[in-house]
This record gives sequence, C-alpha cells and structure tokens, in this order.
Amino acid sequence: MSSVVGQRQSLMFRARSYMAFVFTPQPPIVEWLADLDAGLERSKGFFAGHPVALDLSAVQLSASAIAQLIAEIEARNIRVLGIEGVTVPEGEAGLPPILREGRGAQAFELPASAAGSAPQHQQPGSLLVENPVRSGQSVVSEGDITVLGSVGSGAEIIAGGSIHIYGTLRGRALAGATGNARARIFCHRVEAELLAIDSYYKTADDIEGSLRRRPAQAWLEGRTLKISAMN
Amino acid sequence: MAQVLVVTSGKGGVGKTTSTAALGAALAHEGENVVVIDFDVGLRNLDLMLGAERRVVFDLINVIQGVAKLPQALIRDKRLENLVLLPASQTRDKDALTEDGVARVIAELRKKFDWIICDSPAGIERGATLAMRHADAAIIVTNPEVSSVRDSDRIIGLLDSKTIKAERGERVDKHLLITRYQPARATRGEMLSIDDVLEILSTPLLGIIPESEEVLRASNVGSPVTLSNAQSAPARAYFDAARRLKGMDVPMLVPGESRGLLNMLFGRKAA
Ligand SMILES: Nc1ncnc2c1ncn2[C@@H]1O[C@H](COP(=O)(O)OP(=O)(O)O)[C@@H](O)[C@H]1O
Ligand SMILES: [Mg+2]
Repeated sequence: MSSVVGQRQSLMFRARSYMAFVFTPQPPIVEWLADLDAGLERSKGFFAGHPVALDLSAVQLSASAIAQLIAEIEARNIRVLGIEGVTVPEGEAGLPPILREGRGAQAFELPASAAGSAPQHQQPGSLLVENPVRSGQSVVSEGDITVLGSVGSGAEIIAGGSIHIYGTLRGRALAGATGNARARIFCHRVEAELLAIDSYYKTADDIEGSLRRRPAQAWLEGRTLKISAMN
Repeated sequence: MAQVLVVTSGKGGVGKTTSTAALGAALAHEGENVVVIDFDVGLRNLDLMLGAERRVVFDLINVIQGVAKLPQALIRDKRLENLVLLPASQTRDKDALTEDGVARVIAELRKKFDWIICDSPAGIERGATLAMRHADAAIIVTNPEVSSVRDSDRIIGLLDSKTIKAERGERVDKHLLITRYQPARATRGEMLSIDDVLEILSTPLLGIIPESEEVLRASNVGSPVTLSNAQSAPARAYFDAARRLKGMDVPMLVPGESRGLLNMLFGRKAA
C-alpha cells in the first residue's frame, strides 16, 4: 500500500504494491470484447503502459480459453499482469501469474495477521507533491493526492482517493482508481487530457469548452462523470 | 569552480547546437575558459557551427576508449584561444559512450575549464541522459510551440531524476532559453506567448532569442552568431543570456517590444 512516485525517490522503498486496472469479462466474451473495443475507440491508449489484471470469476474458462482471451486483449496493446478468480492450476503453461487477495477500496482492511506489523507509512494517507509533475511522470497513491504545482501534458496522477491540484491540470487525473466512486478531482485550472473517477472518464474532447481554463471539480453521479466550475 | 552545463530540449531542431556555440563563444569572449562538448554521436554538428570540422582528428569516443588522450582531442578555436571543442564521433556506435568514460572526461575537464557546456542530442535516450548526467545547471532550449514545450517539460522531469545531482537529493539549476521567437507570429497568436511558455514550464527565463537569418548565415560560414555579427539581434540576446549565466542582472527584453516587461517574469523563480 505504499505510494509510488514516478521519480527516483521511489527506489527507497523495498516493497511496493502497484495499482492495476481490473477487467472483469462477462459472458458472452465476444460481446464483452466488442464493448472493450468501443471503450478503447473512445479513448485510445487509455490503458497503454498500465498494468491490467483480469478477474475471471464471472466466466468459466479452460486454460486454453484463458490464453486465447489474453491474446485477444494483448492484441489491443494492453498488457495483462496477472489473473484472478480462476481454478486452473498455478503455473499453467503460458498464463500470467495468479493474483490473490487484491484489495479494492471498499474492502480495504488489512488481514488481521498483517495489520499489527504494517509500518506507519503504508497507511493509505494522503500524498503531497510539492513540485510540478512533468510530462512523462506518473504519481500513484492508494490514498488522496495533493499537487501544489501543475500537472503537465502527458503526466498523470492516479489516486485511490481524491485528487487536489493547486496548479493547472494539463495531463490526466484518475481518482478513485481502486473502485471508490465517492472520490473527487479538484483543480485550480482545468485543461485536462483526461479526467476519471472509478472507471468512468471524460477525455479532453468530452469536457465542455466553457469549463476549460477555470477552477473545476469532477465527481461521479451514478454512471456519469460530472464536471462543474468552482467560482 | 567549474560549472557543467547541459544544453538540452527533448525535441530536435530547436536550436541546442546553435545555442551551445553562441553561448560558449560569448562566455569565452568575456574571458572565461570554455569547453563545449558534442554529445550527438553519429550526428555531430558542433564542429561545423564552430568552423572546426577540418581539424577534427580524435573525438570524445576515442578518449573514452583510450585511443587518444583528452588533450589530443581538444580543438582550440581559431578566433578565441580560450574556447575549446571536444567533438563527437560521426562514425562510432553511440553505445561506445559509457557512463564511466563520460565521468572520467568530465572530471578531467573540471580541472581545466570554468565552463563545460554539453550539447545534448535530441530525444530522451542514453545520449541525452549521459549529456545531462553530470550537469550542475541545465539550459532548456524551447521554441514557443506546443510540442517543443511539452518535450521540454519531459526533459525537466528527467533533470530532476536522472542526474547525479538529483540522485544526491540536490537540484540541477534550470534556465529556460526560448529560441526562434517570432514577435509578429506571437502577436497574431500563431505561436505560444512568452507568458504561456513560462507558465507551463514554471522555470526561470535565461533569454529570448529571436528568429533571424543571421543565425543561418553564421552557421554557413562556420561561426557562432556571437562572433560573426556581435551586433545582430540574436547575438545580443545570446550575450545577455551569457551574462545572466554569470550571475549578472541584465534586463530582459522581449524581441519586438520596447518595454522591459519581462523583468517581472524573470524575477519569478519557480521550480
Ligand atoms: N534564432 C534562430 N533563427 C533562425 N534559425 C535558427 C535559430 N536558431 C536555430 N536556427 C536554425 O535551426 C536549425 C536547427 O538548429 P540546431 O541548433 O541544429 O538545433 P538542435 O541542435 O536543437 O537540433 C538550424 O538550421 C539553425 O540554423
Ligand atoms: Mg544539435
């Protein structure tokens, strides 16, 4: 649960956990893949460079069917880091590692055995970033993230909780990334390439022109990402 | 104490090599001992801009591989005896540029020169990261257009993570040099304004070099613009920038505007 900042400081941590997007394919798989394609069409490269895990608990697939599904997904330029919710034997030829005990935001308690020994800095608190976040950098934390400067075009902030940006947001902000629909994004000036909460997002093209270059907040209302000016 | 400067940008063709030559010559003209190093292995240019291409015998990679000693590879400028070039190799593989080798060369040059100016190749790969590795300060060369500014933002991030100073928890001083500025196009909104660039990059401004045919003319005769026509607008802007590097307080003028409105912005030191 440690925070990972896309800069060299992160090397100080011995153990890290990373946040991954989780796909949960639903039967029929063919239709699910079509939905995925439609989503990707709307926002090209959204998952590029991000680890993705497959939760296969909603489908019944043999090892070879899983391999085929993974090939389909990877053909869309998405790298599958691991799978969960399967009964195939561990280490089945060609399959990515099986992940266990992934934690979403709702089920956040540590297992009783681990809780006592968890060091202080591993609590999902808030992460304060004092420098501007430059293009190509990514700042990831399971808690809230506050950025004092601007977030450049081509940079991204991914938080399990809410995101506060006191400068201009020109890159991407993904709040509630562990499945927290109540997370929000606040920024002093929005020129974002992408805003996302939980798994709902808007790209620059979807953000109303009248909101641009103003202080704004984004939140989730049902399945809709709402953005409003803040002055 | 020697200052190691890297002239970098991310994007190609923005004026890194032009600026390395012009600033190196301006500093030398003011009496400083300057060496300029071409890190663009395979695409060397700096020798041409200094009119030294016909005197290149050994290069940076020869020195790193032990084929030549450092003094054998250094080429003294014909006009200014305190301006020296360490050329790149045009033929060697750029993998020959090793981390250890570069460290040794820089350490040796630190003993002899006041200023060591490293002309970085474009990109964010090995050549660019090795050029910035030992920098005390960086000159980030940007044209007032969106892609150049974004690439510069990326480079600033690398300066804060991949340099020795950054790894020690120190900061590489950063100076923004806006080049190829065209006042008329900026007024018409066809280029980013100086304000926009400063706001996006939040980095202190070292100078604004106007777009000028004089730069092309200078490179065609193998001379830094600061030596070929010291009175031209780009040369004067480079001289001012060189003085600011030396810590002097020189008022900032926006080309095409008579007011010195940028004093305020220059004073605005962020990041
Ligand atoms: N201020 C300027 N006015 C006009 N042309 C310029 C100016 N600065 C650079 N150039 C031209 O731009 C081209 C690229 O410059 P160069 O210094 O080689 O860029 P880089 O080293 O960043 O690739 C060259 O042809 C150069 O003459
Ligand atoms: Mg060059």
